[in-house]
Amino acid sequence: MTAFFQSLGMTYEWAWFTSTIAGILLIALPLMLAVAMIIYVDRKIWAAMALRKGPNVVGPFGLLQSFADGLKVFLQETIIPSAANKGLFLLAPIITFTVALLAWAVIPFNSGAVLADINVGLLYILAVSSLGVYGVVISGWASNSKYPFFSAMRAAAQMISYEVSIGFTLVCVVLWAGTFNMNGIVLAQQGHGLGFVNGFFFNPLLFPMWVVFLISALAETARAPFDLTEAESELVAGYQTEYSSMSFALFWLGEYANVLLMCTLNAVLFFGGWLPPVEWSLLYYVPGWLWLFIKIFFFFFVFSWIKATVPRFRYDQLMRLGWKIFLPLSLLFVVLISGWLMLTRYGV
Amino acid sequence: MSPTIPAITPVALLGAAAPFAQSGLDLAQTDLAQWLPILIFLGIAVLLSAGFVFAPIVASRFTGAHRPGDEKLSEYECGFPAFEAPRRAFDVRFYLVAILFIIFDLEVAFLFPWAVTVFDLGWQAWGGMIVFLTVLTVGFLYEWKKGALEWE
Amino acid sequence: MIQTLAFYLFAAMVIASAALTILARNPVHSVMWLISSFFNAAGLMIIIGAEFIAMLLVIVYVGAVAVLFLFIVMMLNIDFAELRAGFMKNFPVGIAIALVLLAELVLGIGAYRAGALELGVPDGSAAPILGASNIENIGALMYGRYLFLFETAGLILLVAMIGAIVLTHREQRAPRGHQNIAKQIARQPEDAIVNTKPEVGKGVQL
Repeated sequence: MTAFFQSLGMTYEWAWFTSTIAGILLIALPLMLAVAMIIYVDRKIWAAMALRKGPNVVGPFGLLQSFADGLKVFLQETIIPSAANKGLFLLAPIITFTVALLAWAVIPFNSGAVLADINVGLLYILAVSSLGVYGVVISGWASNSKYPFFSAMRAAAQMISYEVSIGFTLVCVVLWAGTFNMNGIVLAQQGHGLGFVNGFFFNPLLFPMWVVFLISALAETARAPFDLTEAESELVAGYQTEYSSMSFALFWLGEYANVLLMCTLNAVLFFGGWLPPVEWSLLYYVPGWLWLFIKIFFFFFVFSWIKATVPRFRYDQLMRLGWKIFLPLSLLFVVLISGWLMLTRYGV
Repeated sequence: MSPTIPAITPVALLGAAAPFAQSGLDLAQTDLAQWLPILIFLGIAVLLSAGFVFAPIVASRFTGAHRPGDEKLSEYECGFPAFEAPRRAFDVRFYLVAILFIIFDLEVAFLFPWAVTVFDLGWQAWGGMIVFLTVLTVGFLYEWKKGALEWE
Repeated sequence: MIQTLAFYLFAAMVIASAALTILARNPVHSVMWLISSFFNAAGLMIIIGAEFIAMLLVIVYVGAVAVLFLFIVMMLNIDFAELRAGFMKNFPVGIAIALVLLAELVLGIGAYRAGALELGVPDGSAAPILGASNIENIGALMYGRYLFLFETAGLILLVAMIGAIVLTHREQRAPRGHQNIAKQIARQPEDAIVNTKPEVGKGVQL
């Protein structure tokens, strides 16, 4: 893109700067649009599985529902409870949304189409997603209200518990890919399965890790069946209880952006990212980003499906699954995978 | 030139050290131009989300939606005044989870550089990590047996 | 130029955040400033090219250690006004420690300037070993030359783990009938439901 702006008569520095800004806006704005649409899709899928119609009033097929909701919350009054810690109360949604946007900087949308092609892309994502816990904890504490506080503590313990097994599954992927660069990880999956299937999921050693990752991703984003943080029968609306107006909407936007990010990570780490599903030269005529979007949408459908069908976990079950099953299992697979790769790559 | 420290590990056997020997402390392996977009992105993202938070506050003054009241600004409770202060001491297990998370997070952090180098370093590095993991698994089994992972 | 600007931005933020960590009245604000300080330190690390260290700083310190701090200051209900009352009492000791540290700094820099300290010259022995990124070089050193130190780190983590449990773990209350998931799943309708057709006026034998 830099070259294009240079051809408009800019110096290299300005061309670089303009193209970077354009790239950022190309990620951030469509992401927000995608989040608005994906909330609609979520509600539609959920409704369809419950034999309801879902949103169908605003715009054709209710397509504009999310925008109507957005306008409504924008015009609402922002209520800051008098007992709340004002600064932190307003900071929390900012952190949540900023972090949700920031992780997308290293996602490769196509061969070379990545905003920041850093060596440690995967670590960057892990670092940024580990910041997500702050938005939740701070909002719960700053509200100075009972339910948000309980919810925040639950959420924090839940998120950090599952981050461990996510870390181990990422190590498994990195062991096989040999790099932390996101593009490198995508390319390492080319023809991984029997020489023609693009994706680590086809690997019998990595497939269980994908399952662990998928379920941990659900827990990390507090989606059903792990949505204990906003278990409405116990905690009203969880840590968002005291929020209103756009601050409330930012939690939603951030949450759904994180869900999309987890879907994208599933696609990029285990299903070949922007590569077509199988090695077949005809499939390469379809642009890479389209493949990625199809995969993301597929995983989002899976997330919605799970949300619509699986009953909520209890907190002790959630902790048991994270610490007693996923952690030992993923640790075992780190040893197995590295041992197998040592035998095949390094020799005896 | 001060003498180089003799390498005593399989790293030396790789012979890869030679091409870099003259490069000195060259840390320019990191492409900073790739990090700058992230810094700019951070700025834009903060501005964007701050705008989303503060714009409605300003807008509500003009639209007349801004009408605070004592009841409205009190903390949420199911229809009656709250009995006690919401912030209070929590179950110690939450702290234990946080401490154990730090330890396992460090364990994962040790795995990262290992994951990309172990196939160059050989069985010695692999065995070393297995010993490390075994030591920590002993601790993990201890906490399991002690019931530190039990929630009810 | 941007690099220099970024350096001064991050450095100023680190110092300002560190100062505010100490000065903030609310302990939760203190932790927030501490996090900001860690974050900007990570920025400094990136500028010198240590991107792996920078990411670890965020993952471990911001993502884990600071979460624990936040847990503690949020949930312990410590009376910080009382703690602060002892401030003037401890003030001389604090100043003394600060002076000692300052003297050490002055002495160290003075000795280095005077040529009494030999810090060594770059001879390439610290240069990249496995090429490419610094994550690989750290790996090559840590799992090669410093393997035994690495194992020691494992032992320290083990001690930390056991220590945490010994300190925080309390004897369990009477267990409330633990869930046996396998048993639950194996349960069939036949095991639980009996279809009967009792005659009118006659009860059901359970």
